[in-house]
Amino acid sequence: MSIITARSVTKKYLIAEKNPGIKNTFKHFFSRRMSEIMAVDQIDFDINQGEMVGFIGSNGAGKTTTLKMLCGLIYPTNGSIQVAGYTPVLRQKQFLRQITLVMGQKQQLIWDLPPLESIKVNAAIYGLTDREATKRIDELASMLELNTELSRPVRKLSLGERMKAELLVALLHRPSILFLDEPTLGLDINSQIRVRKFLAEYNNKYEATILLTSHYMGDITSLCKRVLLIHNGTLFHDGTLNDLTDKLSPSRYVQIELRESYPKSNFEVFGTVVVHDGCLVKVLIPKAEFSETLSLILTTYPVKDLEVSEPPIEQLIGNILKQGSL
Amino acid sequence: MNIRIVLNYLIKRLRLPSALLTSQYALMLEYRAEIVLWAISGILPLFMLGIWKEADMSLALGLSNEWLTRYFVSAFIVRQFTAVWVMTSFEEDNLDGRLSPLLLQPLFPFWRYYFSHIAEQFSRLPIVILIIGFLVIALPGFAWLPSLSTLIFFLLALFLSFTVRFLLHWLFAMICFWTDKASALERLLLIPYLFLSGLVAPLEAFPPSISSFALYTPFPYILSFPANILAGSKVHLIEGFLALFLWGLLFLILGYFLWKKGVRFYSGMGA
Repeated sequence: MSIITARSVTKKYLIAEKNPGIKNTFKHFFSRRMSEIMAVDQIDFDINQGEMVGFIGSNGAGKTTTLKMLCGLIYPTNGSIQVAGYTPVLRQKQFLRQITLVMGQKQQLIWDLPPLESIKVNAAIYGLTDREATKRIDELASMLELNTELSRPVRKLSLGERMKAELLVALLHRPSILFLDEPTLGLDINSQIRVRKFLAEYNNKYEATILLTSHYMGDITSLCKRVLLIHNGTLFHDGTLNDLTDKLSPSRYVQIELRESYPKSNFEVFGTVVVHDGCLVKVLIPKAEFSETLSLILTTYPVKDLEVSEPPIEQLIGNILKQGSL
Repeated sequence: MNIRIVLNYLIKRLRLPSALLTSQYALMLEYRAEIVLWAISGILPLFMLGIWKEADMSLALGLSNEWLTRYFVSAFIVRQFTAVWVMTSFEEDNLDGRLSPLLLQPLFPFWRYYFSHIAEQFSRLPIVILIIGFLVIALPGFAWLPSLSTLIFFLLALFLSFTVRFLLHWLFAMICFWTDKASALERLLLIPYLFLSGLVAPLEAFPPSISSFALYTPFPYILSFPANILAGSKVHLIEGFLALFLWGLLFLILGYFLWKKGVRFYSGMGA
């Protein structure tokens, strides 16, 4: 059952532009030159209850803008969004009780007080009794491996401890829909693993729907079967990671161990030769001609061993994130 | 049985205000030095008392020295407990994106700011008591004991004055949704507040045309009205409370309207 529906969702921002120099400063003071930025351009998708979906793309691709629209922080310029049967921007209380937004680079914990103070306020806001609040704090603290950290001022906590406390306070009301914007940002590898494990447990235990953005491919590959790849505001891919690999890499590697060596030029007719080292040859072959090319190699050359592989997804998506282009 | 139901209901209703108050109070107590500085920064009425006494203008205007002392000390107390900075903090939260988590909770963000102000006022109470104690020693013969009814009316007027001032600033804070530097308007509000509220001079000292004009603005009710009640001056209680109620209602409605319009422009910057 679809719990999040986005139809033709578009978001445009108006930005005041200014050129450097005193003349332009005065010009800017009296007359602002506004330009329109298309942050999200007509995206459509559905997310089912209990799904964990990775939302990936380069910086400025439109991921965070989309998350903000889905949780009701900002209005879409066009299109419609339904989350748990509600229109998010109306921010009805019943809707807000079902969702949470966790931002890796922003926090809701009170900086100078221990997390327990923020937790107490949230418990009161969501109408939890003391007993219920204590039960939930204990349960989440145990899942997150938090203990005395909850009594220390937030400013004294490490980044990992702070993120775990942030998750605790954000999940105290037991939301069924989680919007997570880079929840592992800046965390060391152990803390990243801990947070991932916690999210998987939470998803499993409460059948929560999780939409997660991250620049760490480890978060996506270990948690999400489905990914949405957004690029320049448009949805480039909505499907499994394997499908995305096919889309991003239309070739496969074939590593051949031969009984005797042949010149490199012999293999260049099959595709791009990546490695040529004596009897060992690695060729990148287009998927469309893969079967025929492979048969040809096997019939033409004395092959001792053969291995077929895909370029790793981390590498493919990492290239996109690094280059900002597809 | 009925009492228990009522008590349970009250405890349930008070849980949220009490959690907001106690957490904000705890936060304020983290900044001990800041509280002292804030309290000291509100001693303008005491300076004005000194100026008025030195200039010896009170008798010329038909105001006794004793009344002036009482008035300015009362104005000092009122100013301490009606301090409002919501425009600055709302602007910061708006620009930094700290408003985002508040918007996603089933609690109107207004209450967070309102209770943080009340908590701050509780935290400066001991400092104000110390300053009053110092004045009792420094100005022999100035102390007076208000009657119980005066005290009750004063506390009610003080609470309403703070609320009206808060609502006025909240209304202007909503402009943050349209412009990045709405807190500049705080300075614009400061001028009429200084001169029309009775902070630098009692309204009685102004020419009749100006003091009559002032009464058509909210400012005298924010400071002069509660200060006069505490000082034991002759005040029109019904008119004063009615004016506070009506100004408060007007600011509340306009503030809510601007919120509804303005929040559409929130872009969650920095978040």
